[in-house]
Amino acid sequence: MRAKSTIENYLFILPAVLIFSIFFIYPFYKVFSLSLTQWDGISHFNFAKNFIGLRNFKELLLHDRVWWNAMGHAGYITFIALTFQNALALALAWACDRDIKGGNIYRVIFYLPPVLSEVVVGLVWRWIYDGNYGLLNYWLTNIGLGHLARAWLSDPRTALTCVAAIHCWKGFGWGFIIFLAGLQTIPRQLYEAARVDGASSWQIFKKITAPLMIPVFILVSILTILGTMQVFVLILSMTGGGPGYHTEVPVTRILASMIGSSRFGYACSQGIVFGAILLVISFMQIRLSRYMQKA
Amino acid sequence: MREVTKYKIEGFFKSTLLHLFLITVALTCLFPLLWMVGSALKTQQTVFSDMSIIPHNPVWSNFYYAWTKGNFGIYFLNSVIYTVTVVFGIVIVSSLAAFAFSRLHFPGKNILFYMFLVAMMIPLPGSFVPLYVLMTKLHLVNTRIGYILCMINVGLSFSIYLLKTFFDKMPSAFEDAARIDGCSKLGIWWNVALPLAKPAIAVIIIFNSLNVWNEYILATLILSSKSLMPLQRGLMLFQGTHITQYPLLMAGITIAVLPIILVYLLMQRHIIKGITAGAIVG
Repeated sequence: MRAKSTIENYLFILPAVLIFSIFFIYPFYKVFSLSLTQWDGISHFNFAKNFIGLRNFKELLLHDRVWWNAMGHAGYITFIALTFQNALALALAWACDRDIKGGNIYRVIFYLPPVLSEVVVGLVWRWIYDGNYGLLNYWLTNIGLGHLARAWLSDPRTALTCVAAIHCWKGFGWGFIIFLAGLQTIPRQLYEAARVDGASSWQIFKKITAPLMIPVFILVSILTILGTMQVFVLILSMTGGGPGYHTEVPVTRILASMIGSSRFGYACSQGIVFGAILLVISFMQIRLSRYMQKA
Repeated sequence: MREVTKYKIEGFFKSTLLHLFLITVALTCLFPLLWMVGSALKTQQTVFSDMSIIPHNPVWSNFYYAWTKGNFGIYFLNSVIYTVTVVFGIVIVSSLAAFAFSRLHFPGKNILFYMFLVAMMIPLPGSFVPLYVLMTKLHLVNTRIGYILCMINVGLSFSIYLLKTFFDKMPSAFEDAARIDGCSKLGIWWNVALPLAKPAIAVIIIFNSLNVWNEYILATLILSSKSLMPLQRGLMLFQGTHITQYPLLMAGITIAVLPIILVYLLMQRHIIKGITAGAIVG
């Protein structure tokens, strides 16, 4: 009776565990074993025959300049997202955290870009940025700044920054919602008491709002870093990694190794190295947040 | 009295500045979308000369051509099929598992649950490489069922976690009553747990729908026939082959975006609540 009941209970989790094992655990294990091999993805795979030890990792860590440049590009976009995007999100949340007219309308509009797909956002902005037919150049010419007009996404000097700007455009609404939710948990009495005592808005922000918001700041920055470092669909739809390798990021490099040069083993080693870097970053952030909350 | 007036004027200026700031940002959010719809109503001839947002002579035929010749009708249907089946699958599979993790007892329960949790936290960029290898082995490449199963897996961990925390907070009185009345475990799950979990299930449905509708990379790797592709994949294909047919492309994008915007406007309260919950989970 007891055993029958236990088996019955297992049946409830069986579908979830099955799907999870096949589509998550097996690929997870496979990444590690494939990363030690050289394989084109088509020919018959034999682990012993294709085994090449740590050669993929050695090549990646020591000789793959394009990969580390791509890492730098992702770092650059992440830096812009951490500073500009989050500062804008915080400023907007601060402005909406009071009884203002139309507060809900602003909220609905700001969260519109995050619900759109990266393909859609990328393709629309790609056209606006276009050198020949783009709206941006048309406007610049019209207001007498024609000398600034250029093929924004095929100019190595501007391509990466343009992509980063659109990434922020798509992402700030998300930060805004989280910051706003955080701000609304701060008891109003604290603000009123400070105001009665004659504190200025800036003093209130510095002494009350900022300290209470530290956990939210940390949460948003961790999620911004993890999300932005892994950006790639937006890049595919805006520049495809070009011009040259100027907007390549780690995940587009993994795709290129897999599809472009049919090096499945190498693609897996790139995935492992990148995943490890992300893991280290998030551990460091969590340690830092513990330290800051104690201080 | 003078003090009060001064205070009022200051307040008026402050709120005007505030609104100016908010409106500017709101316009930057809306503008690309308006530009997209406006351009979809222009022709290939007027699109490069008529730079106004609302075209002088709107043409509606682009939507017809995008739907038929641009294949967006097929892509749209595929997107609907994938979204409905994947979300249905996620709700059933994750609620069964979450119910068991929350209410039933069996050896290894906690370890299995933590396994799902850890999966949410370990970043595995490039996991699509081994996934593609696996799909080839199982002969699931370029099949609907292959893509659907992959996408169910994508949304599973988060949904199980969300539902389990919801079930944990639910009082067990209703279940006890049902059990005394001779209801089976499956019956309790279907008749008691699921109806009570409606708010959590709504969040799961909305988020997974957005996620599946907007998914691009797995659709690219797994599906290679046009007849199986969803909208996002179709858009990129269309852009690659008809590089400057902007009115048609914008019509296609509008078709891809319209359902999302409608769902978003109807469900925005749930969505905004869900993001906050989701961020805390992450």
